[in-house]
Amino acid sequence: MSKVKINRIKDTIFEYVGIGSTLIGLVVLAIFIGNILVEGLGRIDLDFLMSLPSRKPERAGILTAWTGTAWILGLTALIGIPLGVSAGVYLEEYGKKTRLTSIIEVNIANLAGVPSIIYGLLGLEIFVRVLNFGGSLLAGAFTLALLILPIIIVSTREALKAVPDSLRQASYGMGATKWQTTWYQVLPAASGGIMTGIILALSRAIGETAPVIVIGALAYVPFVAQTPMDEFTVLPIQIFNWVSRPQHAFITNAAAGIIILLFLTFVMNGIAVYLRNKWQKKINW
Amino acid sequence: MKQIEAKNVNAYYGDNHVLKNINMDIMPNSVTAFIGPSGCGKSTFLRMFNRMNDYIEGFRKEGEILIDGIEIYHKNVKVEELRQKVGMVFQTPNPFPKSVYENVVYGLKVQGVKNKKILSEVVERSLTQAALWEEVKDSLNKSALSLSGGQQQRLCIARALAVEPGIILMDEPAASLDPISTAKIEELITGLKKNYTIIIVTHNMQQATRVSDKTAFFYVGELIEYEQTAKLFSKPVNAKTENYISGRFG
Amino acid sequence: MGKLKEKIIESLLAVSGLLTILTTIGIIWVLFSESISFFSHVPLSDFLFDTQWTPLFVNKQYGILPLVCGTFLISIIAILVAMPIGLTIAVYLSEYAPQKFRRVIKPLLEVLAAVPTVVYGFFALTVLTPFLQKFIPDLGSFNALSAGIVMGIMIIPLVSSLSEDALYAIPKSLREASYGMGATRFQTAFKVAVPAASSGIVVSVILAIARAIGETMIVTIAAGQRPVITIDPRDAVETITAYIVQVSLGDVQHGSLEYQTIFAVGITLFIFTFILNNISFWAKKKYHQKYE
Repeated sequence: MSKVKINRIKDTIFEYVGIGSTLIGLVVLAIFIGNILVEGLGRIDLDFLMSLPSRKPERAGILTAWTGTAWILGLTALIGIPLGVSAGVYLEEYGKKTRLTSIIEVNIANLAGVPSIIYGLLGLEIFVRVLNFGGSLLAGAFTLALLILPIIIVSTREALKAVPDSLRQASYGMGATKWQTTWYQVLPAASGGIMTGIILALSRAIGETAPVIVIGALAYVPFVAQTPMDEFTVLPIQIFNWVSRPQHAFITNAAAGIIILLFLTFVMNGIAVYLRNKWQKKINW
Repeated sequence: MKQIEAKNVNAYYGDNHVLKNINMDIMPNSVTAFIGPSGCGKSTFLRMFNRMNDYIEGFRKEGEILIDGIEIYHKNVKVEELRQKVGMVFQTPNPFPKSVYENVVYGLKVQGVKNKKILSEVVERSLTQAALWEEVKDSLNKSALSLSGGQQQRLCIARALAVEPGIILMDEPAASLDPISTAKIEELITGLKKNYTIIIVTHNMQQATRVSDKTAFFYVGELIEYEQTAKLFSKPVNAKTENYISGRFG
Repeated sequence: MGKLKEKIIESLLAVSGLLTILTTIGIIWVLFSESISFFSHVPLSDFLFDTQWTPLFVNKQYGILPLVCGTFLISIIAILVAMPIGLTIAVYLSEYAPQKFRRVIKPLLEVLAAVPTVVYGFFALTVLTPFLQKFIPDLGSFNALSAGIVMGIMIIPLVSSLSEDALYAIPKSLREASYGMGATRFQTAFKVAVPAASSGIVVSVILAIARAIGETMIVTIAAGQRPVITIDPRDAVETITAYIVQVSLGDVQHGSLEYQTIFAVGITLFIFTFILNNISFWAKKKYHQKYE
């Protein structure tokens, strides 16, 4: 066989290996999700959504868990969005290349690589103990807000970077100040990209388990949280709790809980991807 | 006996009709220059001779291109073999981020040649042909990126020569070089004509007159005029050619 | 008036930026202050070299090696899964795949990274382990193997997308030079593109390792809670992260030595990931310089 032929065969083989590799992760995930649907879909009904946790698997529901997740989602957004967007605006629009901004940049890159459970330890000491929030929704939301801050900052910066400089020049040329330019022109133009980052960050936050366990969120909370100072549980913790029990009925509950959690995650990711595509078309004028 | 024969060639990028019904014959051991304003299709046409457009999505062609009597787009032709026969030098020097030596032997290694002695001989021969040997013979293991721009381009020529192609395509090979390096490349082209057929795309009309035997003028996808270089520049037949070479557009 | 307002706004924005530094200081301070009390009771040499980790037992021993061993065993399994697959995907997408396919598949691959880790833990424990037990009879219901494989699947997109970015940054002209010499896509990919992108690819693998070391829920659910020194992937092991969760779920008094252990192991974990992250920044800087 000629060398060219052999080279061509290798080329073709790799092409198939490439397609196979690209699909294998997705296929495995599809098998997993298929399993979960078979296991848990039948368990989901109104009772499951509206019942308190229980020691009897057939009576247990996820009311406290999903309300806790909803609380956490709202509070984390309230804390994380203004801080993250502000920091991103500062670094991209204001931060002249000073020593301070470059330290902040390296620091953010490092924070993004800190394992989430370490944020749990931080939250446990600072929010739960020093600030005395206890194992409350507020402590959880602050911890998760810090966790997702790097994601929001980085995506805010990228969205701002994509805004053409001519827009800023035009605004300055009309006599606008830096803040007016940022607030009226640059931020609206970048909003699609920023929103994408925020939604992805929040979707990450509601999927987190480890840091919330560390700050002391409980697996068994027999009431729906009324204020941010209440103790709480969230969907991932409820799922974790069920997964670790030996009885098979609890595994079914876990699968049902996972379906709800995955549904939320995929919807949020879907919205984010949709927004990103829409915005990218708009920004490339 | 013609070496390259293009018959009714049309080319498209998606809906864009970039080459319109081109017919051209090219003789062996000659230098042919393609000139014309940007976007006239001259580079696209050049790249069809070794099928460099194959991987561009949306590219489509009609008509035939024969090299040594063989239709190069025929399904039995292996594009890798074609490119070993039809080498290419690009607009900006693009040496691999490897040593000088590794750059020159790349084409042979791709073909599976492993014999150290053969490789060393080829390195010396190709670098000598590319007028670079004296400058780099003591630093063959140095990174190619440490050479100057002009040296890098001659290295890229040596790399193309190493596989002994019959034809060398040059896509504005001196576009990014200073005048002294440009002169060296031009001198090289004239010298290489003895053994190779060369087609060169250029924006520089003086360059075309200096190095080429025949010149083809392209305009918006059409081959307007194809003539002996001396004749095309002194007595152009077509008004568009005349406007272009006298600098009225482009 | 307007000037003052501008100044105030700029300061407020700067404060948000500074908060990130405060977070880092907070993390280091928290980890250090609790660890210092820990190490005033447990000698550092015991912590580093003792081969038993039994702080919750009557006979307490504080050698972190079993936890480190479990952490690395699972991370290695994860990397062995993610690296070949992730790299192949990167090469395939950047050198072979049609644009349309890339556009569709990239967001889909990101989904792998978006699935909450507790869900992956469930997969490992209830789907993969029973499946693997059919082939490996003495595989325990908690084992390093399943946890590692599932974690590997989770970090595939991390390896593939960062490596693809690195490959993408290679100038097109290099590929053309290679094709122009008669090289196939396969040869161009592995003789030209991958070597030129090697530092970027290394970055992606290092970041993937850092991610694997810090991952918590998969290992907590599927790998067990048995701190032993082993290299047998069929065994149950405990990772640093799983230990922190184990203590957090229990009833440990604040201020007790048991409580302080989670900070001592936490700082160990932090140091590992900090070093890996900084190696990757350094490598990234180097390859950015090369093509600018």
